[in-house]
Amino acid sequence: MSTTTLTRTSGSGALSRLTAVEARLFLREPSGAFFAVLFPAVLLTVLGLVMPWADLPFNDQDPILKQINGITGYAPTVLALAVATVGLSAYPQTIAGYRGRGVLKRMSTTPVPPSRILVAQLAVNLVALLVAAVLMFAAGALVVGVAAPAEPLVLLGAFLLSVLSAFAVGSVIAALAPNAPAATAWGMSVYFVSLFFAGVWLPLPLMPDVIQTIAGYTPLGAASEAMAAAWYGQPFDVAPFLVMAAWTLVALPVSARFFRWS
Amino acid sequence: MSVIQVQNLHKRYGSKVAVDDVSLEVHRGEIFGILGRNGAGKTTTVEIIGGLRDADGGTVRVLGLDPARDRTRLRQVVGLQLQESQVQPKLGVREALDLYASFYPDPADPAQLLDELGLTERADARFEQLSGGQKQRLSVALALVGNPQVAILDELTTGLDPHARRDTWEVVERIRDRGVTIVLVTHLMEEAERLCDRIALINAGRVVATGTPAELVARAASDQVLRFRPSAPVPVGLLEQVASITHADDGTIEARGHENVVQDVLVALAQQGIRPENLRLEQSSLEDAFVALTTPLEV
Ligand SMILES: Nc1ncnc2c1ncn2[C@@H]1O[C@H](COP(=O)(O)OP(=O)(O)OP(=O)(O)O)[C@@H](O)[C@H]1O
Ligand SMILES: [Mg+2]
Repeated sequence: MSTTTLTRTSGSGALSRLTAVEARLFLREPSGAFFAVLFPAVLLTVLGLVMPWADLPFNDQDPILKQINGITGYAPTVLALAVATVGLSAYPQTIAGYRGRGVLKRMSTTPVPPSRILVAQLAVNLVALLVAAVLMFAAGALVVGVAAPAEPLVLLGAFLLSVLSAFAVGSVIAALAPNAPAATAWGMSVYFVSLFFAGVWLPLPLMPDVIQTIAGYTPLGAASEAMAAAWYGQPFDVAPFLVMAAWTLVALPVSARFFRWS
Repeated sequence: MSVIQVQNLHKRYGSKVAVDDVSLEVHRGEIFGILGRNGAGKTTTVEIIGGLRDADGGTVRVLGLDPARDRTRLRQVVGLQLQESQVQPKLGVREALDLYASFYPDPADPAQLLDELGLTERADARFEQLSGGQKQRLSVALALVGNPQVAILDELTTGLDPHARRDTWEVVERIRDRGVTIVLVTHLMEEAERLCDRIALINAGRVVATGTPAELVARAASDQVLRFRPSAPVPVGLLEQVASITHADDGTIEARGHENVVQDVLVALAQQGIRPENLRLEQSSLEDAFVALTTPLEV
């Protein structure tokens, strides 16, 4: 073997190997894989089947929103829920668990830094979420008449940015929580608050203005807003994108600064 | 030639001094033991040598590299087996070794390593399914898969049964025979006596003695103990001149003294025509040296 191939083995080769390994580990955790990949499709389909509002116009006061049915109106919220579940709950728990077991410390004895495990986790979860989103749309469209997104590319951009910002916030939780149970507790608290602002409990348009304003500044609230606008075909608004970018740009350095590998 | 040089190493956690002042030198190709009681600062010392922690004072060189500054290069040439480190619970044994092999520029053959550590049969098992000893052996394998020039093994055989322990010792000797320099942190005197070329004894963050196992024993072995049952009554005062004597209820005499005590006692008895029956000599072991050198003197 030549030196160049050798160097490559411990560089990008290691990262792709690590990602493949983390992907296999992800699939070996059946409940986690189910929640990340299938749950959004199941949730949207079941809601579409049982909820009386599912095939009524989403909002008959609004010229755009009255064109789509209620379940289509709820689809972006389910996407935000899926992103939050993985980024704020599953991911920080996994990372804090790795730290507690000494997995990260062991990796820091090798030439490949343990931060690569975080990158691998992000890659695996991003793919899982993309699969989950496609499954959700396919099931929703086939079974309960979910309409196709009006601006698929804007939706994709909003989706990717919401994954990034959720993982950045999740990294802060993983960095600051002293152990795995604490990471679970903190993650779940942030998760449920985020779900509220993402409109999971009550659709955002039905909330008081002040709550809607606050929601717009939270990462998942902004994610929900941006994905909804793209899905419904509302005029493009850059504000939620800026909010998500800001959360990412602040949270990433904070987590890097406070992260403990052991 | 020295592979590791540590001078006046100092490390504290907050106000707690974990390593006070440690200096040591490890030569190429040797198995160097670090012994000491719980909390003596062994793990802290080797983790600084391995570049996992920063020292508060002193200098460390490993193969000429400064572990605090040349971490990337250090990690390619030093393998570390940490005291308490696992891998992902659902990761397979072979999978873990293949993965870690991919981290290094010139890795060892994972299959051969599995074989050497007796893990071939468990190659497809997941980490969470392994016994404590098997986990430990995987941990050793992971430390060696990068073909390191220096391997640091922290409590390598803790939790292994005597059989597995001996197997692991053989592995360590085989690695040394390949030219790898080994730093072995241990509590087990038998392990240190059997494996180590030289030992540093650490107590409360300081090196209290360095030398071969035999040298350490000799240094601490102030006392030799001789036990026997005399074939005839021993005149009072005869042995007291050469040793400190205790009489047990069953008629056994215990003579305790310095280097020449054995000869002196036997000669004195022979002059009186007394035979020492059931004669037993207790030689100081490394364990006695360990206790003697790490027990604070009572004031
Ligand atoms: N991360 C830490 N924070 C605070 N104190 C620590 C930390 N790690 C170790 N210590 C303390 O430093 C001292 C030395 O610890 P170290 O782990 O180096 O001992 P050791 O010789 O390896 O012990 P053992 O034989 O039990 O493994 C101990 O008193 C320990 O409590
Ligand atoms: Mg220790």
